Order: sequence, then structure tokens, then C-alpha cells
Amino acid sequence: MNIAASTEIICFLILGSIVILGSLGVVLLKNIVYSAFLLGGVFMAVAGLYLLLNASFVAAAQVLVYVGAVNVLILFAIMLVNKKETLKPIKGLQIRKILSGSICLGLLILLIRVDITTPWPLPGPVSIGEQATERIGEHLFTDYLLPFELASVLLLMAMIGAIVLARRDVFSTDIETGNNAGQELIEKSNAPLIIDKTS
Amino acid sequence: MISPGLDLQMNFEQALESFGFSHEVAHILWLPLPMLLVLTAALIGVLVTVWLERKISAAAQQRIGPEYAGALGILQPMADGLKLLVKEDVIPKRADGFLFTLGPILVLIPVILSWLIVPFGQNLLISNVGIGIFLWIALSSIQPIGLLMSGYASNNKYSLLGGLRAAAQSISYEIPLALAVLAVVMMSNSLSTIDIVNQQNGAGFLSWNIWRQPVGFVIFWICALAECERLPFDLPEAEEELVAGYQTEYAGMKFALFYLGSYINLVLSALLVSILYLGGWGFPIPIEWLSTWLGESFNSPIFQLFAGSIGIVMTVLKAYLLVFLAILLRWTTPRVRIDQLLDLGWKFLLPISLVNLLVTAALKLAFPIAFGG
Repeated sequence: MNIAASTEIICFLILGSIVILGSLGVVLLKNIVYSAFLLGGVFMAVAGLYLLLNASFVAAAQVLVYVGAVNVLILFAIMLVNKKETLKPIKGLQIRKILSGSICLGLLILLIRVDITTPWPLPGPVSIGEQATERIGEHLFTDYLLPFELASVLLLMAMIGAIVLARRDVFSTDIETGNNAGQELIEKSNAPLIIDKTS
Repeated sequence: MISPGLDLQMNFEQALESFGFSHEVAHILWLPLPMLLVLTAALIGVLVTVWLERKISAAAQQRIGPEYAGALGILQPMADGLKLLVKEDVIPKRADGFLFTLGPILVLIPVILSWLIVPFGQNLLISNVGIGIFLWIALSSIQPIGLLMSGYASNNKYSLLGGLRAAAQSISYEIPLALAVLAVVMMSNSLSTIDIVNQQNGAGFLSWNIWRQPVGFVIFWICALAECERLPFDLPEAEEELVAGYQTEYAGMKFALFYLGSYINLVLSALLVSILYLGGWGFPIPIEWLSTWLGESFNSPIFQLFAGSIGIVMTVLKAYLLVFLAILLRWTTPRVRIDQLLDLGWKFLLPISLVNLLVTAALKLAFPIAFGG
């Protein structure tokens, strides 16, 4: 085994343990802020795994999208609503935990079975290295064009939905109760601070 | 014509192999050298920038500025750094110690890593990775996490507000920044910084990207200033409103990490503007013409050395002209309000950069000779 291969294995072991321990921490930690920061660490480690697989473009996209956008927005939302609140105790929490735990375990067993039974071609296909970016672009605009466009329509829908939800002044009354639901902007740009008393 | 230029790595490894080392050992011995060199260059760049900032701000306010530490106060930044190094490292009692320490580190590391792709010549960069400029965009998106982390961990409302503002600002300005870069990438058909510079150096300064992408240049410069939190956009640390934003509780070396990070980021942004728009290491007239005028063969070692040094000087010179502009802007413009900042980012720069991208694509199809077919 030469130096490059052994470094690769050491990196893989470190990154793999960061991913597994980090994601366990994301689920199990009580403090939601720690969970969010750990999630960022897990995303970074996944990007590192992509880098080990010679997929540098995918790794950079992973960092840009998941760490730079998704995780920052999660943190942003958590910190904007950083309110200590005593939550109502949920009935049957223990059963729910056991149920979701067993579903996750079942999925894990399924994945392990797939991993063992699939005949993986070894060694894999030759990596194309730096040309990967061009190849991804070609695929996105030829045989994967429809999924690509569908994903962009989905994102557009999500964006319009978010704008409608954020702009409550579209619905000035609550549909169910009939109360006024309009929200004034907290920061107005041009309202004078001193009230004109002459008139 | 693309010249091989200086290849220090090849020469170094060949020299070691001639001493009887194996190829792998020679490569491993080579690896840390460029990293150390670039780290040193970045730190010296920061020291020079801090001195320039002090001197130019003094000139703008009709003061003298630092003058006792060394000639013209040139050792003042060293004294500042030494002071920060020996200061007490204070962690507030109610703060979250671990995140408080991790925050500044997370801010500094991506900035230093981005120096990986800054070329000073055909082969004078740490690594010519294929994703090049995209790596910088991806890395700079990690920074807001560090800012949010230090803002949260300080357990102080000013810090938290500063951290939130920093994150909002850098998310908003990243999109026009990436679109401006995309237009340049479209013209040079490559993400690699080397290819981007080579594509600009056909006819001296006339072929620089600034003539083909004037709008993109302005968008990129505004967004780069906003990403560095320099003065028209330094809301995250607005002294009059937020004490010092996310840095409020920091002292000693941890504060120095933020300080270093922001100045390294400024120098890096200036270098990237010069690479993307001002021809990188290119001399205003093609360097091949110089070789014919001097009567020296282009591939002779002496001329290669001369061309390499001119390349480094040109890159640094262009970058420092931009740093000078940034410092002048800082000391002569007022700060924008947060709503003006977000309006500028989302309602002005984003549409303009989209239009710029579309126009560039159309021009590339219409005039493939001038816009890199």
C-alpha cells in the first residue's frame, strides 16, 4: 500500500466517523443550536467524502448549497425565534420514539442488505477528474433536462409560497376567526420620527 | 500563445531527485513549501494593508498617523499584532466557551483556504484545481456560520444582532457575486483561475475583462466590499448601533483572528478582482512583445525569471490599487441603513447581474471572437 492509498483510507475513516457521530448528535442533543451547528459539520464531512471520490464540483456544490445556504438559514431561523418556551408534554412520547427508532433501524437494515447483495464492480469506472464539471453540465442539458426543469419549477413554487406566507397583508383578515391579521412592518423606511405638531 | 513559464515545483522535485530522493518523497517535501509561502504572503499583505489603512485614514482626516514605530510608522501593525498577542484572553462567564472559541477559527480558515486558487503566474499558485473560482465561492459561504456562532456564543444582544446581520448580508450579496463570476466564467469557458487570466492576456490591457464586463466589474466590487464588511456596508459591526457587533465580547488573540480574517479577505477580494477583470499577472502590453524588443528569446531562463517577477509585481500592484480604493471608500462614505443594504442587494444588484449574465450569453453567441466562443 503506497502513501496515497493509506492517506485515503485514514481520511475516509475520519470523515465517516464524523458523519455518523455528528448525525447522531444532531438527533440526540437537547440544545437545538448545537444540533444545527453539528448539522453544518456533518454536511462538511459529506463534502469531504465527495472530495475523496474525486467529485470536486459536487463537493463544492454541497458546501455552497447545504452549508452556505440551508444550514445558515436553519441557524438564522433558530436564532430569530430564540425564545425559551415550556412545551406541552406530548402524550405517548415513549411509543413514538420507539416507533420512529424502529423505522430508522429498518431502513438501515435494508440499506446494509442492498450493500451486501449488490455485486459492486471493482475497481470502479475510471474517474474523469477535472472534466467532471463539463460532463455534469452536458447531462443536465440533455438526458436529465426534464428532472432539472421540474426541480426548478418546484423551487419557484416554494419561493412564491414563501413570499405569500411572509406577506400577510395579502390576507388582511384571518380566514377562520375573521380577526385582523395584517402585520405592519416593524422598520419603516421613510416615516418621520418627530410628529409634526403644527397642524 | 501559452508559455510554460516558471515551474518551480518541477525544478524543485528534479533537484531533489538528482540528490537521490524518490519521486514521492520529493513531492511530499515540496507540498508544505507553497502553503507556507502563501500564508506568509497573506500575513505580510495584511500588515501592509493595516499600515495603509492607518496612513490613508490619517491623510483623509488631515492627521499624520503613526510615525514613531519605524520609518513612517511602518512597524505600527507589528506593534498592534504583538499587543493583541500578549493581551489577556477573556471568555465571558455566561458565554458558551466552546462555540466562543470555535467561531473566530471558522471565520479565518475558509479565507486562508481560498488563497489556494490565487495565481501569481502561469505556474505560481498552490493548486490549479479544476473548479477554481467556484471553490472560493463555496468556501466564502462557510464564513457566516462562524459569525453566527460567535454572535450566539457571546450571549449578548449586540453580538447576536451583529451575527444575524452579518449572515443576512453575506447571503444576500453572495448571489449577485456568483452571477457576476458566472458571466466571466462563461466567457473563458473554464472555472480555473489560470484559464481565466490566460484568456485575458491576448492583446495587453485592451483584452482585459473590464472592457467586456464593465457592469460585472462594478457588481463584483460592490459585492466583494459587502462580503468583507467594509465601510459603506459595515452594518454587522456598526459602532454607533451595535458597539462592535459580533466582536463585542472578544479580546486578545481571538479578536485578532477576526481582524486578520477581515483584512486577509479584503486583500483576497482585491486579488480576485484583479484576476477576474484586470488581467491577473498580465503586463499592460503583451510580454511577448517585450521579449522581441529586448532581443531576448522568450524561452531563455533570464527572460522567464524576468517575466515571472513582472507577473507577481503586476498582480500585487493591481490588487493594492484596489485596496487603496477600498480604503478611500471606507474613510469617505457614510454607512447605509439595513433596509437600504438589503434593497440594494435584492432589488438592484440581483436583477442587474441576471441581465448582465443574459447579455453576456447573447454577445457570446453573436460575437464569438470577442467574447470567447
